Amino acid sequence: MRKAAPLILLAVLLAFPLVVRDHYYQHLMILVLMWVVIGSGWNIIAGYTGQVSFGDAAFFGTGAYTAGLFATKLGISPWWGMVFGGVTAMAVAFPFGWITFRLRGAYFALATLALNEVMRHIATIWESLTDGMVGILIIQTFVSKVPYYYIALALAIVSVISIQIIMNSRWGYYFVSIREDQDAAESLGIDTHYFKMVSLNVAAFLTGMAGALYMNYMGFIDPEVVFSLHDISIMAILVGIVGGVGTIYGPVVGAFVMVAVHEFFRTGFFGFFKGLASITGSDAITVFAKYVSQAHVLGFGILVVLVILLLPNGIVGDWNKIISKLSPFKRKEVVG
Amino acid sequence: MEVFLQTLVSGILKGGLYSLIGIGMTLIMGVMGIINLAHGQLMMVAMYVTFVCFHYLGIDPYISLLVSMPALFFLGMAIQKFTLNPLMEVESILPENQVLMTVGIGMVLTEIARFIFTSDYKSVSTKYSNATFFIGEISFSIALTIAFFIAILFTVLMFWFLVKTDLGRSIRATAQDKDAALLMGVNSKRITTMTFGIGSALVAAAGTLLMPIYYLFPDIGGPFTRKAFVITILGGLGSTVGAIFGGVTLGLAEAFGATYIGMAFDDMIGLLIFILVLLFLPGGFKRLTKI
Repeated sequence: MRKAAPLILLAVLLAFPLVVRDHYYQHLMILVLMWVVIGSGWNIIAGYTGQVSFGDAAFFGTGAYTAGLFATKLGISPWWGMVFGGVTAMAVAFPFGWITFRLRGAYFALATLALNEVMRHIATIWESLTDGMVGILIIQTFVSKVPYYYIALALAIVSVISIQIIMNSRWGYYFVSIREDQDAAESLGIDTHYFKMVSLNVAAFLTGMAGALYMNYMGFIDPEVVFSLHDISIMAILVGIVGGVGTIYGPVVGAFVMVAVHEFFRTGFFGFFKGLASITGSDAITVFAKYVSQAHVLGFGILVVLVILLLPNGIVGDWNKIISKLSPFKRKEVVG
Repeated sequence: MEVFLQTLVSGILKGGLYSLIGIGMTLIMGVMGIINLAHGQLMMVAMYVTFVCFHYLGIDPYISLLVSMPALFFLGMAIQKFTLNPLMEVESILPENQVLMTVGIGMVLTEIARFIFTSDYKSVSTKYSNATFFIGEISFSIALTIAFFIAILFTVLMFWFLVKTDLGRSIRATAQDKDAALLMGVNSKRITTMTFGIGSALVAAAGTLLMPIYYLFPDIGGPFTRKAFVITILGGLGSTVGAIFGGVTLGLAEAFGATYIGMAFDDMIGLLIFILVLLFLPGGFKRLTKI
């Protein structure tokens, strides 16, 4: 059963756009798959290597801008950005990691936060290249959402499989050893600086590709959207944490949950209160519904707090804990 | 020459306030070993307290220090007690859980402020908000000068508190070695709670002092959080003396940057300093002063 689960999931995902014709749900699924890629990237640097990144948006935005500028400035297909977006994100990550990984402790986390802001400022100020706050608008290749869905699915599968391959290889053990005890890793002859760089660059590559996918799919970006701290960087962390830090399928579960929750808050519980207000004709509920959709970021923030307090290792990581809490038949612990 | 001196003066005056923000941050950093990414948001809350005091109750901003500082002291203690302390016992893979928690708390504070006060810009305009006096050719903003001296007063008090009182000694002991402090009979949990409260109260003072000359909206917390961590990195993590130097340096750098490079780069300058420090002086001023 456990071995078959990924295959069943894959079959369901492959059949999804053929069964569900509704554009809204197809759109949500494309976002979920995109977040699987970003979450996997975050997971490899933060979850496995233990270097928590607060600035994934820097790599995401770089990838998105690469794809966008390919189309507007060079006049070649933005799909080339899928490859080169990852490469330019690595070009940002390389010098950045080289500087910050020399220091231990909180420096890396803070530096990623700073990188996020620096990249957003550059994209805003450098108007001759990026058009600043006006943003970049390109014409989407496909009208239907189905091709985008399969491209996103392919990207998500590639990222999950490549993470699995990396984590089963020698590199994977190096990453985890750096997370668990850097001194011990170093004393065993692991070049921790080098392998932190490797991990960061893999993460940046995946995140950059996701950014390029976003550019191609949405057709419009501006600095506030793709370099957003809350909507991209924090969301990436949440996808990683909710799903399960340091697990292969954690980001997959996390992406599903977080996109659903995000949509849940944004639409005011899928229009539940609005519907209730129109049925009962109560003004109070109308006002309440308005407040609920206004406060979606607040709900999101409260969720961050609750998740970290109650599920620090995520749904996949704390699965046994959740089951034992929910199970009505408590099994007695066997002592001995 | 006048422009240069004028920039120098306004940089130092602003730097005094930044030091106050930085000391709060570095105290929390020292005792808890984490960066508090809700620091600017706590300041934003203090600014709204000041705004409410002035607008609805007619209390002068300087007197409302007596309201905003205790209020934020208790808010900080509550945050530490109910959200950050429980995390210490939770078994988790990532050590940065507490930092993430402060990000979440920052988001919640910002959104609650937006919920109550909407996103509109608010300000507190007193008689002395735009008043200035001159020494020679150099103009001094009265509000900023008062703020500077109150900031210095608080800094000196803080030093006296840390060096001379029992509680202050316990805080320093916990910052140096938590386990050893615990063995010496210091209740480290109570100390971390107190420290978070004191750090919040200090940043509340900075927010209230800034209010007569600044404007206010819910998202103002983010930039100040970034300034606070630039100051802490510049001064060296956990160093109080370093935070003062860091604050003044950032104030000067921002003032000179605004005068000679351009206002658009205001936020960039702090981040540029951050990267330069990481490159050339990792460890900050702490490495030079050894305190």
